[in-house]
Amino acid sequence: MTTDKPVKVSIRHLYKIFGPEPEAAMTKVREGMGKPELLKTTRHVLGLRDINVDMREGQITVIMGLSGSGKSTLIRHLNRLIEPTAGEVLVDGENILTWPEGKLRQLRRETMSMVFQKFALLPHRTVLENAGTALATRGVKRRDWEPEAKTWLKRVGLGGNGHQYPHELSGGMQQRVGIARALTSNSGIMLMDEAFSALDPLIRTDMQDLLLELQEELHKTIVFITHDLDEALKLADHLVILKDGEVVQQGEPQHILLNPSDPYIEDFVADINRARVLRVRSVMQAGPAEGTFAGDIAPDDNLESVIAAAKGALEPRFRVVRKGEVLGTLEMATVMRALVPRGSRQAAE
Amino acid sequence: MATYDGFFDSLGLRDWCDAGAQDGPMSMADLLARAQGGSTEAAADAGSLWDLPFPSLDALAASCPAIPRSRDLTVGLETGFLGIRDALRVVVDPVTQPLSWMLREMLWVMTATPWWLMIPILLLITWAVGRSWKVVGLVALFIGLLAFVDHYQAAMETLAIIFVCAFICVLFGVPIGIAMSRSDRMQNFVTPILDMLQTLPPFVYLIPLIFLFSVTEPKLYGIAVILYAIVPVVRLTNLGIRLVDKDVIEAADAFGMTKTQKLFGVQIPLALPNIMAGVNQTIMMSLAMVVIASMVAAPGLGILVLRGIRNLELGTGLVAGFGIVLLAILLDRVTKAALARIDASASNR
Repeated sequence: MTTDKPVKVSIRHLYKIFGPEPEAAMTKVREGMGKPELLKTTRHVLGLRDINVDMREGQITVIMGLSGSGKSTLIRHLNRLIEPTAGEVLVDGENILTWPEGKLRQLRRETMSMVFQKFALLPHRTVLENAGTALATRGVKRRDWEPEAKTWLKRVGLGGNGHQYPHELSGGMQQRVGIARALTSNSGIMLMDEAFSALDPLIRTDMQDLLLELQEELHKTIVFITHDLDEALKLADHLVILKDGEVVQQGEPQHILLNPSDPYIEDFVADINRARVLRVRSVMQAGPAEGTFAGDIAPDDNLESVIAAAKGALEPRFRVVRKGEVLGTLEMATVMRALVPRGSRQAAE
Repeated sequence: MATYDGFFDSLGLRDWCDAGAQDGPMSMADLLARAQGGSTEAAADAGSLWDLPFPSLDALAASCPAIPRSRDLTVGLETGFLGIRDALRVVVDPVTQPLSWMLREMLWVMTATPWWLMIPILLLITWAVGRSWKVVGLVALFIGLLAFVDHYQAAMETLAIIFVCAFICVLFGVPIGIAMSRSDRMQNFVTPILDMLQTLPPFVYLIPLIFLFSVTEPKLYGIAVILYAIVPVVRLTNLGIRLVDKDVIEAADAFGMTKTQKLFGVQIPLALPNIMAGVNQTIMMSLAMVVIASMVAAPGLGILVLRGIRNLELGTGLVAGFGIVLLAILLDRVTKAALARIDASASNR
């Protein structure tokens, strides 16, 4: 749908090998040695293998994988907190791996900001000072960054907490400070490393809604790391699934859900509440709508709401309409079929 | 003949041994042996394996006079030290001269100021550092007690020395600790020196210092106190900075802080409780050393303790000793109060 937006960050043939002599191990990997074999013969860990991802401007790219899949390693390559063994990271078309320290610092200060899993706020500074970290680091005077920091704190719902210290806040509030800190830097790219993983489920949902709401208005390029598929499906415009340091599948999340490319992902998506995640647009029949309809539905409605609209009946047909424009039709039978994962469907046939 | 004669004979070194023979001064043991009619040779001739002496320098020298005796080692060290003494003095004397001035001035200030001015000043300092009325009260009580038994003068002298020495320990110790925390090589180089300073018996510091400086110079004991007391502040500064949360450091990096911004904005503030614990230990250790340093004319309560030992004046020694205990408690409580204040403002660790 929105694939025509320009590419903001691009990862090209990225490899990362952990160990004392990564260069030597690199040649072996290029010759085709796998992760377990490399560990056995050379005691080097293959962290990332031939990663290629394009992150488009104004989109949320979610990188999902289980622990140990290399997702946190990958995000740290984007601002070079970790140096790769081979490959390129292009930001606005420039390879940042060749940049000298000064230019890299500029990038970290102005182009990218980061939100951390464990919040990583400065415990000896107040919430307001934490929110202003990025600007203060750039050398902006306090009276100049204070209004900016206050605005963003208010925007994340912490207007009255500026004078408090981070340890006086709950986990969810601390992460709001973390987000305010990243937003205050006014950078175009936001890196979020398992930003909501340390929060309890209810607060996590709140934070996801907050992020989507902010994104609606700010259109940042967000790279979001998570191990939670529900979270990934909720946030992602572009979903990248990592396994053992390799990209298994990437694309539009609805597409991945309906067409998993390998058994690993099939397993992964099997436990999902498909009715809540799948949208009308990805299962409807496009084209002119004729005949009688039980009602109109929007393309971004999820199937759960369609089933509710049909009151559980299997006969109704719906017309899919966006802003008065008819996009296609949806039959309840299609809805029911989409709810069954592909693996189970094949088993039944 | 001596035990190892045969050894040198079989190696064909007899000529070399005898050529190197010199009629150096004999050891006391030799003289005694000669007076008793060569009983050492008789014992050696008995040749029982049970009586075999360890092939030490002295035992080997008995068979082969060309080999130096152990006594030559200590004599050599002494002549070596005396040899470089003048050169060393040219460098060390002017460098350490400010220490003499500082000690002399501080001693003068603290003893020449009338008590009704000095005690309130000390209480004010206590309040400024600790912000606790309880501690201020304790200081007033203890100083009052010491003054009441006419130990005010000695106590002020001791305090003066400790203030100067602890100040210099912090002045040098904190930067050394920071340097250690930033480079593993530096840490590997400094740690053994700290270990040595900490385990060397305190009296041993005094011996070379007496040779280097005139006994009338206050820096003689100043240096001894500083060498002994600087260790904890260096160690704890290093440790404190190394213990700063890795996540927070990563966040500082991700927002593009320079090394200096990171050091003063993040590492030192977060290491402050540890650094203050080091300062507390440093003050305690300088108090311990100031008593020993009274053997080289450090004024204060130590002199009275020393008099108690030398002249067997039980009462004098005990009262002065308890006076030192009071000073120790007082200094400890004041620094702990300061530490608690820092902890309260930067807690959450």
